[in-house]
Amino acid sequence: MSDVDACGVVLGHGAMAIGMVDAARRVAGIEEGALVALSNEGKGPDSLRDELIRIVGEGPVVIFTDMRVGSCAVAAGVALRSGGRRAVVCGVNLPMLLEFAFHRSEPLEELVPRLVEQGRSSITAHLPYADSPV
Amino acid sequence: MPILLFRVDERLIHGQVVIGWGSQLHPERYLVVDDDIADSEWEQDLYRLTVGDSTKVSFFTVEQARQRVSEWMSADERTLLLTRDLCSMLRLARNRLLEGKSVNLGGIHHGKGRKMVRSYLYLNDADRGRVRALEEEGMHASGRDLPGSLKVGLADLLEE
Repeated sequence: MSDVDACGVVLGHGAMAIGMVDAARRVAGIEEGALVALSNEGKGPDSLRDELIRIVGEGPVVIFTDMRVGSCAVAAGVALRSGGRRAVVCGVNLPMLLEFAFHRSEPLEELVPRLVEQGRSSITAHLPYADSPV
Repeated sequence: MPILLFRVDERLIHGQVVIGWGSQLHPERYLVVDDDIADSEWEQDLYRLTVGDSTKVSFFTVEQARQRVSEWMSADERTLLLTRDLCSMLRLARNRLLEGKSVNLGGIHHGKGRKMVRSYLYLNDADRGRVRALEEEGMHASGRDLPGSLKVGLADLLEE
């Protein structure tokens, strides 16, 4: 257990983050403020970075970005460097956010590998006439 | 292969560039021309991380780039050249160094005195002056965030 529960910030292009946070709240019932959405829409790099740093505070916080490429990942990288108890996870998906909702009392060192594992293992594909998922 | 794209974009290497333009132009390297980032290893590392291992990313000051841009334009590597502001592109283009080349304005966001041209492009009087100066240096400026978007012509860029 950590002394303080981690908060999460979902940072993505367009309206993706808002939709994902809404979905996570509906499924897991996570309280407002524990998981926050931030879009890069209409923001230059400086304003996106400043807003992100303001939101994350001193942490502990996990910043989830939609992908490893792009302005969201760059802003998250700057926030990571600027201090506090912070971690960045790129390539967010809903199972990862649900795992976060249920385990955010864990220290970041344990929580983050758990999130990555959950996110990866939740991706499956099904081909027609195949017996098992790919 | 000449430099495939000269682009001004505050975000430099980001999704629209790597995925939007990258999927059309298939660059083998990105050249970032920026005095501050050329002197900041951690920022360079950050941008390299967002591209992945298959594409090279190099960083230069404007003066370094002016010395090398002719060489880059005649090199074999498919290249995109990025600055994060009009000022750096204009300094690079001085003395008609980039005469006849097109410059893509892909991302200048809202700021002091800036008026919206498109949702990704805001310009103020000083910016418009730099666009005119780019034209005087022989470059052809237009706005476009993604390859599939409509191009914004010079008249629209300069409209006050």
